Amino acid sequence: MNGDTREPLAIRLASRGVQVAFALGLLLVWLLATNVWRVSSILLPNPIDVWHQLIEVIRSGEFVRDLRITFGEFAAAFVIAMVLGVTLGYFISRSRYWTKVFEPLFAAVYAIPIILFLPLYVMIWGLGPPSKIALGATISFFPIVLNTIVGFGNVDRSLTAAAESMGASNLQMFRHVLLPGALPVVLAGLRMGFTVALLSVIGSETIASLAGLGHRIVNLAENMEMARMFAYIVFVVAIVAILNSALSVIEAYARWR
Amino acid sequence: MTAAEVAIRVRDVSHQFGEAGQARHVQALLNTSLDVARGELHCLIGPSGCGKSTLLSVIGGLTVPTTGTVTVDGKAVRGPLPRDLAFVFQENALFPWNTVFENVVLGMKFQGVPKAERQERARRALEAVGLEAFAEHFPGQLSGGMRQRAALARALSLETGILLMDEPFGALDEQTRMVLGEDLSVLLSRSRKTIVFVTHSLGEAVFLADRVAVFSARPGTIKEIITIDEPHPRKPSFMTAPKFHALRDRLYGLLHDEIRKSITETAQARRRYDDKAKSGTKNTGDAA
Repeated sequence: MNGDTREPLAIRLASRGVQVAFALGLLLVWLLATNVWRVSSILLPNPIDVWHQLIEVIRSGEFVRDLRITFGEFAAAFVIAMVLGVTLGYFISRSRYWTKVFEPLFAAVYAIPIILFLPLYVMIWGLGPPSKIALGATISFFPIVLNTIVGFGNVDRSLTAAAESMGASNLQMFRHVLLPGALPVVLAGLRMGFTVALLSVIGSETIASLAGLGHRIVNLAENMEMARMFAYIVFVVAIVAILNSALSVIEAYARWR
Repeated sequence: MTAAEVAIRVRDVSHQFGEAGQARHVQALLNTSLDVARGELHCLIGPSGCGKSTLLSVIGGLTVPTTGTVTVDGKAVRGPLPRDLAFVFQENALFPWNTVFENVVLGMKFQGVPKAERQERARRALEAVGLEAFAEHFPGQLSGGMRQRAALARALSLETGILLMDEPFGALDEQTRMVLGEDLSVLLSRSRKTIVFVTHSLGEAVFLADRVAVFSARPGTIKEIITIDEPHPRKPSFMTAPKFHALRDRLYGLLHDEIRKSITETAQARRRYDDKAKSGTKNTGDAA
């Protein structure tokens, strides 16, 4: 929060360099595997073919419909989990009794693989987006609500006592003491929720769905169009990377505020 | 003392944490009564756990006592009184996400000071404690002593008649403590505020106080009140005067037995607690 805690430039550059070298090395192994070691193109297509396929996918605009569906599902799931998780978490954190009841309960539920409920969700909501939204929201609800309870529950008591003694209203207490005090932990929970929501939406698309990026990738695999499938995987990885860096920017801004 | 001279009146205040019979039941205060005169600096001193901080919190309306009443300027205390009294806590309680200046301004915002006045009053308060150059620093960038000055500035800016200070220098080293004590004495002789000051330092009590209330071991009650008859502001030379040592020795004499009792009592309570835990008695309730 205060002071420059970042690493010196040289160290940052060096670690960036290693990261880039790692990615390039992976690409090189991929090239060698397909061109020199002759790995079957059904298991691992040539990166150059994949590149051409990727260009085509983007140029044709074929991805737009799938991306829109997947992103819509993800956004809906995350927003539902965020609104429910933060609101419930905040109110639970206000009572020591409710915290004692719900924190272990949520932690226990969070530990079970909720993906097991997908077949049930599909029976209730069908193969379309609603079942994906429900699953994503369920899974990402838990890290968000748990971190919100912990974040608001652990705000330094001497700070709330000080604000109370100076006459802070409930709203001022929330705005100036509880919220900034809880924010780092709540943001960490939102970040986790963000990741697992995306994961479970795309994951459940690969299991039972009618459309979406996950659905497309499984479909291509079933039709043995491996180069195009890999192109889609690269595409999804790129989209997720962009979303993640956008999130980092928002997070840094929120922390700074 | 006539009624008009009494700023704070404490009558038969008892406070307990948890219910009787529970493992974590603590009788913190027992039938404590105290009158604090307007404009005096009244120290509360006693063994740790004797309830002196609890009493301060009761006076400030942050803790509702189990029984007994407190009046401030004739008004019964039923909750925080931000216009009448301001706190300085041991752990300074500055908001770490705000600069020193913002901390001072925010206190006044909570108290309801008009926006136009806040900036000027914050500047004056920071000047009074010698922190004007550090207004834009965050608490984390300051030393312990400077943080405590900032907390004092925040309390001063509220312009209350009463200051409640809960071991404000408790976390500081001896030297910093002495200098801050001298500064406080000068500052207060100018402002003529009523101050209740909790400390566990004998020297600090004698150096700062007009009167010192000595607490007994838990359950805490006031054993004796000593008057320190020495005008403010007090000079460092007071600390080496024979009078200072005589008073300090007297305080030590009064406290010594209580501290022994407190240590024995704590050890016994600890053993009882362990025994109960071992015998599988469920302990419920929280001693905050």
